[in-house]
Amino acid sequence: MLPALLPILVLSVGPLLYGIALAFTDSQSGRTTATRWVGLLNFRDLAHDGLFWESFRIGLLWAVGVTVPQFLLALGLALLLNQRLRLRWLARALAIIPWAMPEVVVGIMWRLVYQPDAGILNETLRTLGFGDGHDWLTGLATALPAVILVGVWAGMPQTTVALLAGLQNTPRELHEAAAIDGAGAWRRFRAVTWPALKPVALAITALNFIWNFNSFALVYVLTNGGPGGRTRLPMLFAYEEAFRYGQFGYAAAMGCVMVAVIAVCLALFLVGRINEGRDK
Amino acid sequence: MNSRTKVLGRTGQYLALLAYLVFLAFPFLWLISTAFKSPRELGSLHPTWIPRHPTLDNFRQAFDEQPLLHAGLNSLVAAVSAAVIAVLIATPMAYVTARGRGRLAAAATGWVVISQAFPFVLLIIPLFLVLKNLHAINSVGGLVLVYVVWSLPFALWMLNGYVRAVPAELEEAAAVDGAGRLRTLVSVTAPLLAPGIVATALFAFITAWNEFFFALVLLKTPEKQTLPVVLTHFLGAEGVADLGPLAAAAFLATLPSLVIFAIIQKRITGGMLTGAVKS
Repeated sequence: MLPALLPILVLSVGPLLYGIALAFTDSQSGRTTATRWVGLLNFRDLAHDGLFWESFRIGLLWAVGVTVPQFLLALGLALLLNQRLRLRWLARALAIIPWAMPEVVVGIMWRLVYQPDAGILNETLRTLGFGDGHDWLTGLATALPAVILVGVWAGMPQTTVALLAGLQNTPRELHEAAAIDGAGAWRRFRAVTWPALKPVALAITALNFIWNFNSFALVYVLTNGGPGGRTRLPMLFAYEEAFRYGQFGYAAAMGCVMVAVIAVCLALFLVGRINEGRDK
Repeated sequence: MNSRTKVLGRTGQYLALLAYLVFLAFPFLWLISTAFKSPRELGSLHPTWIPRHPTLDNFRQAFDEQPLLHAGLNSLVAAVSAAVIAVLIATPMAYVTARGRGRLAAAATGWVVISQAFPFVLLIIPLFLVLKNLHAINSVGGLVLVYVVWSLPFALWMLNGYVRAVPAELEEAAAVDGAGRLRTLVSVTAPLLAPGIVATALFAFITAWNEFFFALVLLKTPEKQTLPVVLTHFLGAEGVADLGPLAAAAFLATLPSLVIFAIIQKRITGGMLTGAVKS
Protein backbone atom coordinates (compact mmCIF):
# COMPACT_ATOMS: atom_id res chain seq x y z
CA MET A 1 0.00 0.00 0.00
CA LEU A 2 2.71 2.45 0.97
CA PRO A 3 4.61 2.32 -2.35
CA ALA A 4 1.50 3.36 -4.22
CA LEU A 5 1.05 6.34 -1.91
CA LEU A 6 4.69 7.38 -2.12
CA PRO A 7 4.19 9.71 -5.12
CA ILE A 8 1.66 11.83 -3.28
CA LEU A 9 4.03 12.17 -0.33
CA VAL A 10 6.94 13.17 -2.54
CA LEU A 11 5.05 15.23 -5.12
CA SER A 12 2.24 16.83 -3.15
CA VAL A 13 2.81 16.80 0.61
CA GLY A 14 6.54 17.42 0.29
CA PRO A 15 6.47 20.62 -1.79
CA LEU A 16 3.71 22.16 0.32
CA LEU A 17 5.57 21.46 3.57
CA TYR A 18 8.70 22.93 1.99
CA GLY A 19 6.66 25.98 0.97
CA ILE A 20 5.35 26.44 4.51
CA ALA A 21 8.86 26.05 5.90
CA LEU A 22 10.12 28.79 3.56
CA ALA A 23 7.73 31.23 5.25
CA PHE A 24 10.00 31.06 8.31
CA THR A 25 13.18 31.84 6.36
CA ASP A 26 14.67 34.88 4.64
CA SER A 27 14.81 33.08 1.29
CA GLN A 28 15.38 35.48 -1.62
CA SER A 29 16.16 35.09 -5.27
CA GLY A 30 19.68 35.70 -6.54
CA ARG A 31 21.34 35.91 -3.14
CA THR A 32 24.80 34.60 -2.50
CA THR A 33 24.65 34.08 1.28
CA ALA A 34 22.87 31.05 2.66
CA THR A 35 19.19 31.17 3.58
CA ARG A 36 18.62 31.45 7.34
CA TRP A 37 15.74 30.73 9.67
CA VAL A 38 14.18 33.96 10.85
CA GLY A 39 11.33 32.63 12.96
CA LEU A 40 8.19 34.73 12.79
CA LEU A 41 9.90 37.80 11.30
CA ASN A 42 8.05 37.56 7.97
CA PHE A 43 4.72 37.33 9.75
CA ARG A 44 5.58 40.30 11.97
CA ASP A 45 6.42 42.31 8.85
CA LEU A 46 3.20 41.20 7.22
CA ALA A 47 1.17 42.41 10.18
CA HIS A 48 2.44 45.95 9.48
CA ASP A 49 2.16 45.72 5.71
CA GLY A 50 -0.83 47.94 4.94
CA LEU A 51 -0.72 47.14 1.22
CA PHE A 52 -0.99 43.45 1.97
CA TRP A 53 -4.05 43.85 4.18
CA GLU A 54 -5.65 46.10 1.61
CA SER A 55 -5.11 43.39 -0.98
CA PHE A 56 -6.52 40.90 1.50
CA ARG A 57 -9.65 42.98 1.95
CA ILE A 58 -10.08 43.15 -1.82
CA GLY A 59 -9.51 39.41 -2.04
CA LEU A 60 -12.30 38.71 0.45
CA LEU A 61 -14.65 41.18 -1.28
CA TRP A 62 -13.88 39.50 -4.57
CA ALA A 63 -14.28 35.94 -3.22
CA VAL A 64 -17.63 36.66 -1.55
CA GLY A 65 -18.77 38.91 -4.41
CA VAL A 66 -18.13 36.15 -6.91
CA THR A 67 -19.14 33.08 -4.92
CA VAL A 68 -22.57 34.26 -3.77
CA PRO A 69 -24.02 35.44 -7.13
CA GLN A 70 -22.34 32.47 -8.77
CA PHE A 71 -24.28 30.14 -6.51
CA LEU A 72 -27.63 31.94 -6.85
CA LEU A 73 -27.42 32.26 -10.63
CA ALA A 74 -26.24 28.68 -11.00
CA LEU A 75 -29.06 27.43 -8.79
CA GLY A 76 -31.60 29.28 -10.92
CA LEU A 77 -30.16 27.88 -14.13
CA ALA A 78 -29.94 24.36 -12.70
CA LEU A 79 -33.60 24.49 -11.63
CA LEU A 80 -34.57 25.65 -15.12
CA LEU A 81 -32.50 22.97 -16.81
CA ASN A 82 -34.11 20.37 -14.59
CA GLN A 83 -37.52 21.24 -16.09
CA ARG A 84 -38.72 19.81 -19.37
CA LEU A 85 -38.10 22.95 -21.39
CA ARG A 86 -37.24 23.28 -25.04
CA LEU A 87 -33.82 24.77 -25.85
CA ARG A 88 -32.48 23.04 -22.75
CA TRP A 89 -29.81 21.34 -24.88
CA LEU A 90 -28.65 24.75 -26.15
CA ALA A 91 -28.22 26.09 -22.63
CA ARG A 92 -26.28 22.98 -21.65
CA ALA A 93 -24.03 23.34 -24.68
CA LEU A 94 -23.44 27.04 -24.04
CA ALA A 95 -22.71 26.40 -20.39
CA ILE A 96 -19.69 24.38 -21.47
CA ILE A 97 -18.00 27.35 -23.13
CA PRO A 98 -16.92 29.36 -20.07
CA TRP A 99 -15.83 26.19 -18.32
CA ALA A 100 -13.66 24.90 -21.13
CA MET A 101 -12.07 28.22 -22.04
CA PRO A 102 -8.56 29.11 -20.91
CA GLU A 103 -8.83 31.78 -18.22
CA VAL A 104 -6.56 34.01 -20.26
CA VAL A 105 -9.02 33.87 -23.15
CA VAL A 106 -11.93 34.65 -20.81
CA GLY A 107 -10.01 37.73 -19.66
CA ILE A 108 -9.20 38.80 -23.21
CA MET A 109 -12.79 38.27 -24.30
CA TRP A 110 -14.23 40.45 -21.56
CA ARG A 111 -11.64 43.13 -22.24
CA LEU A 112 -13.11 43.26 -25.74
CA VAL A 113 -16.59 43.58 -24.22
CA TYR A 114 -15.52 46.31 -21.80
CA GLN A 115 -13.41 48.16 -24.40
CA PRO A 116 -14.41 51.85 -24.06
CA ASP A 117 -14.80 52.62 -27.79
CA ALA A 118 -15.03 49.36 -29.68
CA GLY A 119 -16.67 47.31 -26.92
CA ILE A 120 -20.21 46.02 -27.13
CA LEU A 121 -21.16 47.04 -23.59
CA ASN A 122 -20.70 50.78 -24.11
CA GLU A 123 -22.23 50.56 -27.56
CA THR A 124 -25.33 48.87 -26.14
CA LEU A 125 -25.57 51.47 -23.38
CA ARG A 126 -25.24 54.26 -25.97
CA THR A 127 -27.97 52.73 -28.10
CA LEU A 128 -30.26 52.44 -25.09
CA GLY A 129 -29.53 56.07 -24.25
CA PHE A 130 -27.51 55.60 -21.06
CA GLY A 131 -24.92 58.23 -21.88
CA ASP A 132 -21.42 57.90 -23.26
CA GLY A 133 -20.39 54.83 -21.35
CA HIS A 134 -17.42 54.20 -19.13
CA ASP A 135 -13.89 53.01 -19.14
CA TRP A 136 -14.95 50.12 -16.94
CA LEU A 137 -11.67 48.40 -16.18
CA THR A 138 -9.66 51.53 -15.45
CA GLY A 139 -12.27 53.44 -13.46
CA LEU A 140 -11.50 53.43 -9.73
CA ALA A 141 -15.11 52.71 -8.79
CA THR A 142 -16.01 50.30 -11.59
CA ALA A 143 -12.92 48.10 -11.85
CA LEU A 144 -13.69 45.71 -9.00
CA PRO A 145 -17.39 45.22 -9.87
CA ALA A 146 -16.40 44.73 -13.50
CA VAL A 147 -13.91 41.96 -12.74
CA ILE A 148 -16.35 40.37 -10.27
CA LEU A 149 -18.92 40.07 -13.06
CA VAL A 150 -16.35 38.22 -15.16
CA GLY A 151 -15.58 35.93 -12.24
CA VAL A 152 -19.27 35.09 -11.88
CA TRP A 153 -19.58 34.39 -15.59
CA ALA A 154 -16.52 32.17 -15.67
CA GLY A 155 -17.40 30.01 -12.66
CA MET A 156 -21.15 29.72 -13.09
CA PRO A 157 -21.25 26.74 -15.50
CA GLN A 158 -19.25 24.42 -13.28
CA THR A 159 -21.49 25.24 -10.32
CA THR A 160 -24.59 24.74 -12.46
CA VAL A 161 -23.49 21.32 -13.63
CA ALA A 162 -22.72 20.21 -10.07
CA LEU A 163 -26.08 21.48 -8.79
CA LEU A 164 -27.92 19.93 -11.72
CA ALA A 165 -26.40 16.54 -10.94
CA GLY A 166 -27.49 17.03 -7.33
CA LEU A 167 -31.02 17.93 -8.45
CA GLN A 168 -31.28 14.78 -10.47
CA ASN A 169 -30.75 12.81 -7.28
CA THR A 170 -33.80 14.35 -5.60
CA PRO A 171 -36.70 11.92 -5.42
CA ARG A 172 -39.20 12.79 -8.14
CA GLU A 173 -42.05 10.86 -6.46
CA LEU A 174 -41.70 12.99 -3.36
CA HIS A 175 -41.99 16.09 -5.52
CA GLU A 176 -45.13 14.81 -7.17
CA ALA A 177 -46.66 13.77 -3.86
CA ALA A 178 -46.03 17.26 -2.45
CA ALA A 179 -47.61 18.80 -5.56
CA ILE A 180 -50.71 16.65 -5.14
CA ASP A 181 -50.91 17.74 -1.50
CA GLY A 182 -51.15 21.30 -2.81
CA ALA A 183 -47.68 22.55 -1.85
CA GLY A 184 -46.65 25.59 -3.92
CA ALA A 185 -43.40 25.81 -5.86
CA TRP A 186 -41.56 27.53 -3.00
CA ARG A 187 -42.80 25.04 -0.38
CA ARG A 188 -41.78 22.15 -2.61
CA PHE A 189 -38.33 23.68 -3.07
CA ARG A 190 -37.86 24.22 0.68
CA ALA A 191 -39.23 20.87 1.81
CA VAL A 192 -38.18 18.46 -0.91
CA THR A 193 -35.52 19.88 -3.24
CA TRP A 194 -33.28 21.80 -0.84
CA PRO A 195 -32.68 19.03 1.73
CA ALA A 196 -31.58 16.69 -1.05
CA LEU A 197 -29.47 19.34 -2.74
CA LYS A 198 -27.81 20.71 0.37
CA PRO A 199 -24.71 18.49 0.55
CA VAL A 200 -23.78 19.22 -3.07
CA ALA A 201 -24.57 22.92 -2.61
CA LEU A 202 -22.34 23.19 0.46
CA ALA A 203 -19.49 21.31 -1.17
CA ILE A 204 -19.50 23.33 -4.38
CA THR A 205 -19.86 26.66 -2.55
CA ALA A 206 -16.93 25.88 -0.27
CA LEU A 207 -14.80 24.85 -3.25
CA ASN A 208 -15.85 27.93 -5.23
CA PHE A 209 -14.85 30.17 -2.34
CA ILE A 210 -11.41 28.58 -2.16
CA TRP A 211 -10.87 28.71 -5.91
CA ASN A 212 -12.06 32.29 -6.15
CA PHE A 213 -9.94 33.51 -3.25
CA ASN A 214 -6.88 31.93 -4.88
CA SER A 215 -7.68 33.08 -8.38
CA PHE A 216 -5.03 34.79 -10.48
CA ALA A 217 -5.11 34.60 -14.27
CA LEU A 218 -8.47 36.27 -14.84
CA VAL A 219 -7.67 39.47 -12.99
CA TYR A 220 -4.04 39.46 -14.18
CA VAL A 221 -5.28 39.67 -17.76
CA LEU A 222 -8.19 42.02 -17.11
CA THR A 223 -6.54 44.72 -14.99
CA ASN A 224 -3.23 43.35 -13.69
CA GLY A 225 -4.33 44.53 -10.26
CA GLY A 226 -5.01 48.11 -11.33
CA PRO A 227 -6.19 50.83 -11.24
CA GLY A 228 -4.16 51.88 -8.22
CA GLY A 229 -4.35 48.42 -6.67
CA ARG A 230 -8.14 48.37 -6.63
CA THR A 231 -8.25 44.83 -8.01
CA ARG A 232 -4.97 43.54 -6.64
CA LEU A 233 -6.01 40.14 -5.28
CA PRO A 234 -3.74 38.47 -2.70
CA MET A 235 -2.40 36.07 -5.33
CA LEU A 236 -1.35 38.95 -7.57
CA PHE A 237 0.34 40.58 -4.61
CA ALA A 238 2.17 37.40 -3.65
CA TYR A 239 3.17 36.79 -7.27
CA GLU A 240 4.79 40.21 -7.51
CA GLU A 241 6.48 39.82 -4.17
CA ALA A 242 7.95 36.43 -5.15
CA PHE A 243 8.73 36.78 -8.82
CA ARG A 244 9.21 40.48 -9.38
CA TYR A 245 11.01 41.36 -6.13
CA GLY A 246 12.33 37.87 -5.39
CA GLN A 247 11.14 37.82 -1.77
CA PHE A 248 10.40 34.10 -1.58
CA GLY A 249 10.20 33.85 2.21
CA TYR A 250 7.88 36.82 2.51
CA ALA A 251 5.62 35.59 -0.30
CA ALA A 252 5.45 32.13 1.27
CA ALA A 253 4.35 33.78 4.53
CA MET A 254 1.55 35.49 2.58
CA GLY A 255 0.53 32.11 1.21
CA CYS A 256 0.37 30.71 4.74
CA VAL A 257 -1.83 33.58 5.93
CA MET A 258 -4.11 32.98 2.93
CA VAL A 259 -4.51 29.30 3.85
CA ALA A 260 -5.22 30.23 7.46
CA VAL A 261 -7.92 32.72 6.46
CA ILE A 262 -9.54 30.25 4.10
CA ALA A 263 -9.54 27.60 6.82
CA VAL A 264 -11.20 29.95 9.30
CA CYS A 265 -13.80 31.15 6.77
CA LEU A 266 -14.68 27.62 5.77
CA ALA A 267 -14.89 26.40 9.34
CA LEU A 268 -17.27 29.25 10.23
CA PHE A 269 -19.32 28.64 7.10
CA LEU A 270 -19.65 24.90 7.59
CA VAL A 271 -20.31 25.09 11.34
CA GLY A 272 -22.97 27.72 10.71
CA ARG A 273 -24.68 25.61 8.07
CA ILE A 274 -24.59 22.47 10.19
CA ASN A 275 -26.05 24.26 13.23
CA GLU A 276 -28.76 25.74 11.05
CA GLY A 277 -29.62 22.23 9.91
CA ARG A 278 -29.83 21.04 13.52
CA ASP A 279 -32.18 23.80 14.66
CA LYS A 280 -34.92 22.64 12.35
CA MET B 1 -57.36 29.74 -13.52
CA ASN B 2 -54.94 26.99 -12.77
CA SER B 3 -53.97 26.53 -16.39
CA ARG B 4 -53.50 30.27 -16.78
CA THR B 5 -50.98 30.46 -13.96
CA LYS B 6 -49.31 27.45 -15.52
CA VAL B 7 -48.95 29.24 -18.85
CA LEU B 8 -47.65 32.32 -17.08
CA GLY B 9 -45.17 30.19 -15.17
CA ARG B 10 -43.94 28.53 -18.35
CA THR B 11 -43.51 31.91 -20.06
CA GLY B 12 -41.53 33.15 -17.10
CA GLN B 13 -39.33 30.09 -17.23
CA TYR B 14 -38.62 30.57 -20.93
CA LEU B 15 -37.84 34.25 -20.43
CA ALA B 16 -35.40 33.36 -17.65
CA LEU B 17 -33.79 30.69 -19.79
CA LEU B 18 -33.46 33.19 -22.62
CA ALA B 19 -31.75 35.67 -20.29
CA TYR B 20 -29.26 32.98 -19.23
CA LEU B 21 -28.59 32.05 -22.86
CA VAL B 22 -27.83 35.67 -23.74
CA PHE B 23 -25.61 36.16 -20.69
CA LEU B 24 -23.61 32.99 -21.37
CA ALA B 25 -23.24 33.43 -25.09
CA PHE B 26 -22.77 37.14 -25.77
CA PRO B 27 -19.09 37.56 -24.77
CA PHE B 28 -18.10 34.59 -26.92
CA LEU B 29 -20.12 35.85 -29.88
CA TRP B 30 -18.46 39.24 -29.48
CA LEU B 31 -15.03 37.61 -29.50
CA ILE B 32 -15.86 35.83 -32.77
CA SER B 33 -17.31 39.00 -34.25
CA THR B 34 -14.20 40.99 -33.34
CA ALA B 35 -11.92 38.33 -34.81
CA PHE B 36 -13.43 38.82 -38.27
CA LYS B 37 -13.46 42.63 -38.39
CA SER B 38 -11.02 44.78 -40.31
CA PRO B 39 -8.87 47.34 -38.45
CA ARG B 40 -10.92 50.17 -39.97
CA GLU B 41 -14.12 48.71 -38.69
CA LEU B 42 -12.64 48.14 -35.24
CA GLY B 43 -11.74 51.82 -35.13
CA SER B 44 -15.22 52.95 -36.02
CA LEU B 45 -17.32 54.63 -33.38
CA HIS B 46 -20.36 52.40 -33.61
CA PRO B 47 -19.33 48.75 -33.53
CA THR B 48 -21.83 46.23 -34.87
CA TRP B 49 -22.47 42.59 -34.02
CA ILE B 50 -22.09 41.33 -37.60
CA PRO B 51 -18.85 42.42 -39.28
CA ARG B 52 -19.69 44.60 -42.30
CA HIS B 53 -16.75 43.27 -44.32
CA PRO B 54 -15.67 39.97 -42.76
CA THR B 55 -11.97 39.31 -43.22
CA LEU B 56 -9.40 36.67 -42.32
CA ASP B 57 -6.59 39.24 -42.10
CA ASN B 58 -6.60 39.15 -38.30
CA PHE B 59 -5.74 35.46 -38.28
CA ARG B 60 -2.86 35.97 -40.71
CA GLN B 61 -1.60 38.93 -38.72
CA ALA B 62 -1.85 37.00 -35.44
CA PHE B 63 0.43 34.28 -36.81
CA ASP B 64 2.84 36.93 -38.11
CA GLU B 65 3.06 38.85 -34.86
CA GLN B 66 3.51 36.02 -32.39
CA PRO B 67 4.91 32.48 -32.66
CA LEU B 68 1.46 30.94 -32.22
CA LEU B 69 2.21 27.61 -33.87
CA HIS B 70 5.33 27.08 -31.83
CA ALA B 71 3.52 28.09 -28.64
CA GLY B 72 0.71 25.71 -29.51
CA LEU B 73 3.25 22.94 -29.94
CA ASN B 74 4.79 23.74 -26.53
CA SER B 75 1.32 23.67 -24.98
CA LEU B 76 0.57 20.37 -26.65
CA VAL B 77 3.80 18.72 -25.47
CA ALA B 78 3.39 20.02 -21.92
CA ALA B 79 -0.29 19.08 -21.64
CA VAL B 80 0.02 15.61 -23.16
CA SER B 81 3.07 14.66 -21.07
CA ALA B 82 1.52 16.01 -17.88
CA ALA B 83 -1.77 14.19 -18.47
CA VAL B 84 -0.11 10.86 -19.27
CA ILE B 85 2.30 10.98 -16.33
CA ALA B 86 -0.35 12.14 -13.86
CA VAL B 87 -2.70 9.33 -14.84
CA LEU B 88 0.09 6.73 -14.73
CA ILE B 89 0.93 7.77 -11.17
CA ALA B 90 -2.61 8.37 -9.99
CA THR B 91 -4.29 5.17 -11.20
CA PRO B 92 -2.49 2.73 -8.85
CA MET B 93 -2.91 5.22 -6.01
CA ALA B 94 -6.61 5.62 -6.71
CA TYR B 95 -7.03 1.87 -6.79
CA VAL B 96 -5.32 1.44 -3.45
CA THR B 97 -7.20 4.25 -1.72
CA ALA B 98 -10.56 3.22 -3.15
CA ARG B 99 -10.25 -0.45 -2.25
CA GLY B 100 -8.31 -0.04 0.99
CA ARG B 101 -10.05 0.49 4.30
CA GLY B 102 -6.99 1.44 6.33
CA ARG B 103 -6.16 4.76 7.86
CA LEU B 104 -3.60 5.45 5.16
CA ALA B 105 -6.25 5.36 2.48
CA ALA B 106 -8.42 7.77 4.46
CA ALA B 107 -5.46 10.06 5.06
CA ALA B 108 -4.62 10.13 1.35
CA THR B 109 -8.20 11.05 0.41
CA GLY B 110 -8.28 13.69 3.14
CA TRP B 111 -5.07 15.17 1.82
CA VAL B 112 -6.58 15.52 -1.64
CA VAL B 113 -9.30 17.74 -0.19
CA ILE B 114 -6.97 19.73 2.05
CA SER B 115 -4.45 20.38 -0.71
CA GLN B 116 -7.14 22.29 -2.62
CA ALA B 117 -7.05 25.07 -0.03
CA PHE B 118 -3.39 25.95 -0.60
CA PRO B 119 -2.78 28.91 -2.90
CA PHE B 120 -0.54 28.27 -5.88
CA VAL B 121 2.24 30.55 -4.57
CA LEU B 122 2.83 28.13 -1.76
CA LEU B 123 3.32 25.38 -4.32
CA ILE B 124 5.25 27.26 -6.97
CA ILE B 125 7.91 28.83 -4.73
CA PRO B 126 9.33 25.51 -3.48
CA LEU B 127 9.02 23.94 -6.93
CA PHE B 128 10.71 26.99 -8.46
CA LEU B 129 13.65 26.57 -6.07
CA VAL B 130 13.87 22.84 -6.79
CA LEU B 131 13.75 23.40 -10.54
CA LYS B 132 16.37 26.12 -10.26
CA ASN B 133 18.76 23.65 -8.64
CA LEU B 134 18.03 21.22 -11.46
CA HIS B 135 18.58 24.01 -14.05
CA ALA B 136 15.12 23.27 -15.40
CA ILE B 137 13.46 26.66 -14.95
CA ASN B 138 12.97 27.90 -18.47
CA SER B 139 12.02 24.50 -19.85
CA VAL B 140 8.89 22.64 -20.85
CA GLY B 141 10.17 19.63 -18.85
CA GLY B 142 10.13 21.67 -15.65
CA LEU B 143 6.64 22.87 -16.44
CA VAL B 144 5.50 19.27 -16.93
CA LEU B 145 6.79 18.39 -13.46
CA VAL B 146 4.81 21.28 -11.96
CA TYR B 147 1.68 20.27 -13.86
CA VAL B 148 1.98 16.68 -12.62
CA VAL B 149 2.25 17.88 -9.02
CA TRP B 150 -0.65 20.23 -9.51
CA SER B 151 -3.03 17.84 -11.26
CA LEU B 152 -2.26 14.79 -9.13
CA PRO B 153 -4.87 15.52 -6.39
CA PHE B 154 -7.83 15.96 -8.71
CA ALA B 155 -6.77 13.07 -10.94
CA LEU B 156 -6.68 10.94 -7.82
CA TRP B 157 -10.08 12.29 -6.79
CA MET B 158 -11.75 11.51 -10.11
CA LEU B 159 -10.13 8.09 -10.49
CA ASN B 160 -11.09 7.20 -6.95
CA GLY B 161 -14.72 7.67 -7.93
CA TYR B 162 -14.32 5.54 -11.05
CA VAL B 163 -12.65 2.70 -9.13
CA ARG B 164 -15.48 2.69 -6.59
CA ALA B 165 -17.95 2.39 -9.45
CA VAL B 166 -16.34 -0.95 -10.41
CA PRO B 167 -18.02 -3.47 -8.08
CA ALA B 168 -15.52 -5.26 -5.87
CA GLU B 169 -17.76 -8.35 -6.18
CA LEU B 170 -16.65 -8.73 -9.80
CA GLU B 171 -13.01 -8.96 -8.69
CA GLU B 172 -13.95 -11.39 -5.93
CA ALA B 173 -15.85 -13.53 -8.41
CA ALA B 174 -12.82 -13.65 -10.69
CA ALA B 175 -10.65 -14.65 -7.74
CA VAL B 176 -13.08 -17.43 -6.86
CA ASP B 177 -12.84 -18.65 -10.43
CA GLY B 178 -9.13 -19.03 -9.90
CA ALA B 179 -7.80 -15.88 -11.57
CA GLY B 180 -4.66 -14.48 -9.96
CA ARG B 181 -4.40 -10.92 -8.67
CA LEU B 182 -2.71 -9.63 -11.80
CA ARG B 183 -5.05 -11.53 -14.10
CA THR B 184 -8.05 -10.04 -12.29
CA LEU B 185 -6.68 -6.51 -12.59
CA VAL B 186 -5.85 -6.88 -16.27
CA SER B 187 -8.93 -8.66 -17.56
CA VAL B 188 -11.67 -7.54 -15.13
CA THR B 189 -10.82 -4.19 -13.58
CA ALA B 190 -8.83 -2.49 -16.34
CA PRO B 191 -11.48 -2.73 -19.08
CA LEU B 192 -14.16 -1.38 -16.76
CA LEU B 193 -11.88 1.40 -15.57
CA ALA B 194 -10.60 2.40 -19.01
CA PRO B 195 -13.27 5.01 -19.85
CA GLY B 196 -12.68 6.70 -16.49
CA ILE B 197 -8.94 6.74 -17.05
CA VAL B 198 -9.40 8.30 -20.48
CA ALA B 199 -11.76 10.94 -19.08
CA THR B 200 -9.33 11.80 -16.29
CA ALA B 201 -6.44 12.07 -18.74
CA LEU B 202 -8.43 14.34 -21.04
CA PHE B 203 -9.48 16.52 -18.12
CA ALA B 204 -5.86 16.78 -16.98
CA PHE B 205 -4.95 17.66 -20.56
CA ILE B 206 -7.45 20.51 -20.74
CA THR B 207 -6.48 22.01 -17.39
CA ALA B 208 -2.81 21.94 -18.40
CA TRP B 209 -3.58 23.34 -21.86
CA ASN B 210 -5.50 26.22 -20.26
CA GLU B 211 -3.07 26.83 -17.39
CA PHE B 212 -1.44 30.23 -17.10
CA PHE B 213 0.10 31.01 -13.70
CA PHE B 214 2.81 28.34 -13.56
CA ALA B 215 3.71 28.87 -17.20
CA LEU B 216 4.05 32.62 -16.58
CA VAL B 217 6.37 32.05 -13.65
CA LEU B 218 8.57 29.39 -15.22
CA LEU B 219 8.88 30.18 -18.92
CA LYS B 220 10.90 33.29 -19.63
CA THR B 221 11.83 33.18 -23.32
CA PRO B 222 9.22 33.35 -26.11
CA GLU B 223 10.38 30.15 -27.83
CA LYS B 224 9.65 28.16 -24.65
CA GLN B 225 6.33 29.77 -23.75
CA THR B 226 2.93 28.10 -23.98
CA LEU B 227 -0.12 29.45 -25.76
CA PRO B 228 -1.82 31.31 -22.84
CA VAL B 229 1.41 33.19 -22.03
CA VAL B 230 2.00 34.11 -25.66
CA LEU B 231 -1.59 35.35 -25.91
CA THR B 232 -0.92 37.96 -23.23
CA HIS B 233 1.84 39.43 -25.44
CA PHE B 234 -0.90 40.72 -27.72
CA LEU B 235 -2.09 42.93 -24.88
CA GLY B 236 0.97 45.15 -25.21
CA ALA B 237 2.56 47.32 -22.59
CA GLU B 238 -0.10 49.79 -21.51
CA GLY B 239 -3.05 47.58 -22.27
CA VAL B 240 -3.18 49.06 -25.76
CA ALA B 241 -4.08 46.01 -27.72
CA ASP B 242 -4.34 45.24 -31.38
CA LEU B 243 -7.91 44.00 -30.99
CA GLY B 244 -8.35 42.04 -34.21
CA PRO B 245 -5.34 39.70 -34.00
CA LEU B 246 -5.88 39.40 -30.25
CA ALA B 247 -9.42 38.15 -30.76
CA ALA B 248 -8.39 35.84 -33.61
CA ALA B 249 -5.61 34.22 -31.57
CA ALA B 250 -7.78 33.88 -28.48
CA PHE B 251 -10.50 32.23 -30.53
CA LEU B 252 -8.08 29.70 -32.02
CA ALA B 253 -6.55 28.89 -28.61
CA THR B 254 -9.98 27.96 -27.26
CA LEU B 255 -10.97 25.50 -29.97
CA PRO B 256 -9.01 22.43 -28.78
CA SER B 257 -10.35 22.52 -25.24
CA LEU B 258 -13.88 23.24 -26.44
CA VAL B 259 -13.86 20.19 -28.70
CA ILE B 260 -12.43 17.85 -26.08
CA PHE B 261 -14.71 19.24 -23.41
CA ALA B 262 -17.78 18.70 -25.54
CA ILE B 263 -16.78 15.06 -25.91
CA ILE B 264 -16.13 14.29 -22.25
CA GLN B 265 -18.38 16.71 -20.38
CA LYS B 266 -20.88 14.13 -19.15
CA ARG B 267 -18.18 11.80 -17.93
CA ILE B 268 -16.31 14.48 -16.01
CA THR B 269 -19.29 15.67 -14.03
CA GLY B 270 -20.17 12.07 -13.29
CA GLY B 271 -16.67 11.34 -12.06
CA MET B 272 -16.41 14.42 -9.89
CA LEU B 273 -19.68 13.65 -8.20
CA THR B 274 -19.12 9.98 -7.56
CA GLY B 275 -15.84 11.02 -6.00
CA ALA B 276 -17.65 13.62 -3.91
CA VAL B 277 -20.66 11.63 -2.82
CA LYS B 278 -19.07 8.33 -1.95
CA SER B 279 -16.06 9.41 0.09
